[in-house]
Amino acid sequence: MDTPLYAVTNDPLDLSALVHAVTRAEGKNAPEIGPGAITSFVGVVRNENAGRRVLRLEYEGYEPLALRAFDRIGQETNDRWNVRMALHHRLGNLHIGEASVIIAVASPHRADAFAACRYVIERVKQIVPIWKHEFFEGGDVWIEGATANPDDDQAREEAYKLACA
Amino acid sequence: MRVTIRLFARLRDITGSGEFTRHPPDGATVRTVWDELVNDFPALAEYGASISTAVNAEYSNMHAAVGDGDEVAFLPPVSGG
Repeated sequence: MDTPLYAVTNDPLDLSALVHAVTRAEGKNAPEIGPGAITSFVGVVRNENAGRRVLRLEYEGYEPLALRAFDRIGQETNDRWNVRMALHHRLGNLHIGEASVIIAVASPHRADAFAACRYVIERVKQIVPIWKHEFFEGGDVWIEGATANPDDDQAREEAYKLACA
Repeated sequence: MRVTIRLFARLRDITGSGEFTRHPPDGATVRTVWDELVNDFPALAEYGASISTAVNAEYSNMHAAVGDGDEVAFLPPVSGG
């Protein structure tokens, strides 16, 4: 089965399938100029956070809205760069070192591929309805980052600045 | 009317459930639904300024009207990645 460009899943993530998904575009979706660069990002569960010894993370998500947020991020990315992007996020119980999120971006040129990849992960952290429940030595805590607001232009600009830094 | 409320992460922990059914009055908004929920679970009040909302799995806002059969979700600040 073809790997979808966007997915939220309880299964382990597969970066090579994602790279394949952005590389291979055929038929009416095929760009006139094919990829000359593919960048990827893999977010993994770190063993430390804010001075705490992290044991594992449990990810929870609002799946239908998360997929719509992925789609929105994809549209924003296409508005700014000439790229084809894929994004998968894992949910459930993850151990240290396991991948929680993977991104692949294909573009004719490396500058767009690098910038768009950074933009995507920054936007994931801003607007995708997924939460980390951190289990550390001595307790557990829900991590709370940004108040998700896809229409917040300032947040979008911040992500863009980081992408192009 | 009948609406389904979805809660996530710490909001779910506070209330003890990720899903509730409520019957707000005609003309209710997302805020009406939230205020009623805070009334039942006062510990939710601290999230009043930081939650996001969604209606039928689309981002929404506190002023949006809710209708019969809608799914109204309240989302604490996100932390994916």
